[in-house]
Amino acid sequence: MSQKFDVVVIGAGPGGYVAAIRAAQLGMKTACVEKWVDDKGATVLGGTCLNVGCIPSKALLDSTYKYHMAHAEFEIHGIKTGEVSMDVPAMVARKDQIVKNLTGGITGLFKANGVTLLSGKGKVLAGKKVEVTKADGSTETVDADNIIVAAGSVPVNIPPAPLVDDLILDNEGALNISATPKRLGVIGAGVIGLEMGSVWARLGSEVTVLEAMEEFLPFADKEVAKEAQKLLGKQGLDIKLGARVTGTEVKGKTVKVQYTDASGEQEIVVDKLIVAVGRRPYTEGLLAADCGVELDERGFISVDGQCRTSMPGVYAIGDVVRGPMLAHKASEEGIMVADIIHGHKAQMNYDCIPGIIYTHPELAWVGKNEQQLKAEGVKIKVGKFPFAASGRAMASQDTDGFVKLIACEETDRVLGCHIVGGLASELIAQAVIAMEFGSSVEDLQLTIFAHPTVSEAVHEAALACDGHAIHVANRKKR
Amino acid sequence: MSIEIKAPTFPESVADGTVATWHKQPGEAVARDELIVDIETDKVVLEVVAPADGVIQSIVKGEGDTVLSDEVIAIFVEGAAGSAPSADEAPAAASVDADGDAIAGPAARKLLEENNLDAAQVPGSGKGGRITKEDVVNFLKNKPAAAPAAAAATPAPKAAQVAVSVAPGERVEKRVPMTRLRATIAKRLVEAQQSAAMLTTYNEVNMKPVMELRKQYKDLFEKTHNGTRLGFMSFFVKAATEALKRFPAVNASIDGNDIVYHGYQDIGVAVSTERGLMVPVLRDTDAMSLADIEANIADLGARGRDGKLGIADMQGGTFTITNGGVFGSLMSTPILNPPQTAILGMHKIQERPMAVNGQVVILPMMYLAVSYDHRMIDGKDAVQFLVTIKDLLEDPARMLLDV
Repeated sequence: MSQKFDVVVIGAGPGGYVAAIRAAQLGMKTACVEKWVDDKGATVLGGTCLNVGCIPSKALLDSTYKYHMAHAEFEIHGIKTGEVSMDVPAMVARKDQIVKNLTGGITGLFKANGVTLLSGKGKVLAGKKVEVTKADGSTETVDADNIIVAAGSVPVNIPPAPLVDDLILDNEGALNISATPKRLGVIGAGVIGLEMGSVWARLGSEVTVLEAMEEFLPFADKEVAKEAQKLLGKQGLDIKLGARVTGTEVKGKTVKVQYTDASGEQEIVVDKLIVAVGRRPYTEGLLAADCGVELDERGFISVDGQCRTSMPGVYAIGDVVRGPMLAHKASEEGIMVADIIHGHKAQMNYDCIPGIIYTHPELAWVGKNEQQLKAEGVKIKVGKFPFAASGRAMASQDTDGFVKLIACEETDRVLGCHIVGGLASELIAQAVIAMEFGSSVEDLQLTIFAHPTVSEAVHEAALACDGHAIHVANRKKR
Repeated sequence: MSIEIKAPTFPESVADGTVATWHKQPGEAVARDELIVDIETDKVVLEVVAPADGVIQSIVKGEGDTVLSDEVIAIFVEGAAGSAPSADEAPAAASVDADGDAIAGPAARKLLEENNLDAAQVPGSGKGGRITKEDVVNFLKNKPAAAPAAAAATPAPKAAQVAVSVAPGERVEKRVPMTRLRATIAKRLVEAQQSAAMLTTYNEVNMKPVMELRKQYKDLFEKTHNGTRLGFMSFFVKAATEALKRFPAVNASIDGNDIVYHGYQDIGVAVSTERGLMVPVLRDTDAMSLADIEANIADLGARGRDGKLGIADMQGGTFTITNGGVFGSLMSTPILNPPQTAILGMHKIQERPMAVNGQVVILPMMYLAVSYDHRMIDGKDAVQFLVTIKDLLEDPARMLLDV
């Protein structure tokens, strides 16, 4: 007699585990299928985010930023240190411990909420059944009233740069480098490429980033992209745009990278090469041919605005469906779907999802950017406040960047917020909340922000939208 | 529905009582049988409970006041008080809902205060019915267009109501500055009159053909179109759309020194809600069937009453139809809704004796008025535009045959 569940979730990443916990909290009999195992064969929860994505990368970014500060930024405060060095294995070990704590935490949460963990690779069969293939090859089929597919995504591999153990790495390999490479190559100047490049640049690597597109960060507001390019360049990241990699050659413990740019064919030699050209939805062996779930033309599972697939009773969330590949988007979709299955009305606001790049300074944004709104013909007003004018930022010795607010000229509604700054990732939440409540720029102007804080920049940017910022000279309205 | 809350019948020996404590304030949500006030007498403290779910609208006898047996102490309004923007809230309570939380953001609150509005009047399109700045701005913008159409009614803003009590024999004056709202309405009206060369052409339409058509088909219509009722507005909107197509100048607007001829018809339809008159816009009426128009109007009306109309719903519009007839107006001159260059006023359907082929026949007649901007539209076009509408309404087959 096969097990039967109200909800079976495939995947225990930030989409899957959140959906499973929520479904269980709503009183539904829930199972979660996860295939990830550690080197001892024990099932590990948390998916890409916890294990080889969001969390470990932030751990390394923070460790290396502290090293950078000790190395280069203590002196101005009057702090004298001796030679500062970095024990890379210790840094990686701390990262591993954090990941272990978190993944263990999810296991605990599953137990606490009564979610049944099914270890193995999940596959959606016809008739709302899920086949779980265990490590030893045996299979178990369970019945589900509802299935939530949260299989996530995997790195895109490019033929010119096939992965080679220890030398040509994807994000997972990049997080486990055991010694600072003298020369590091990064293919792809996207979020992952820039973050990984930053980590090793801070520890002294000579970093070259090869980006095939002509434009840097095309999805970001142009002013943000320009500022970021300038600041990252100053930090020692050599970002080459319009550089398309055509081949790689492993030579002993180095990699020769061939690429073409505007001036012709080029090549560089690096000690390690990270491939970070993007991620694609993971659907291999996931859907039986007759299960009724369809993919769209880009390989994502096709879903409607509430994550329903073409098969009634089967939902899909997170990186395996359309939309920004962000953990918080996956989690919110997970909650929305669990609520819908339980019979509640649930919606998600896809227009207010923040995006962040965790370099230093950080880049964060929510809503539309200036070039998008101009292309749509919306009459906008823009307010910008540089951290260089913020007392708190000066006290912290962290004055790069700005807060930029964009609002509708006619209705005053806040349409987008774009921040470059040390605390951008935290500040952006204020803009997200404001936009969720349909706030106008005037609402932000009338709200009291504590002084002295970096958040005041949001307040000043709001004032600047109407040309009456107090702490910075206002541009004449064009 | 308002209910009078009375002091209970006092025992025989008790002459009067005192209001001891009000446990609920105006605007606060109250459940049926919940304690609302204590009344102290010589002998005993009497409790008064709520007769139904709802809100106290106003307190007539405050704490410490003397009350007699069965005297009215408060006015209570029945209804689900929980829904934030509902009209059941006490007018005096301004922008505070049942929990005492502000239901308008800071900019919206500022505008409400400046214009002497209370939150209950303004439909909120924000999260959970909250009133955003846009909602108040929009409300103020649409008030002027309403004023001329509601000529028969006199909607003075609640806050501005001042009772001028004059003792017999005295000749007093009371000077009250115009509220911001009234001043804004006044300014906009004057602007419309001064910039446009506005005048009005009248005509009358025999509504009998439309009424007969409606009588004959309304049940089938309702059944075929999933419960959408066949009203009069769809006929007017369709006729107006046709006429606008034939007279593009009437469908145009002025932008600086340019005349913008719109290749589509977006018709604003005045809908009356508890919050006041609003003019949401029906987009692309040419592409709509009568059922589509009726369904859309019903939807916009419902949304208007629920406070769910957003600023986008009321912007744009190439033409407006206003209906003073619902208030009893027989004839009126509607004011233009800038930047539109024409507006159609509908009025009350009144049975009148008419001369038809030498005989006197009683017909249900409606006066129609089209006010227009002579800078854009010549008299001939305006008159013929209105005549076209009249002809199409008096013989709906013409709309089908496109003649």
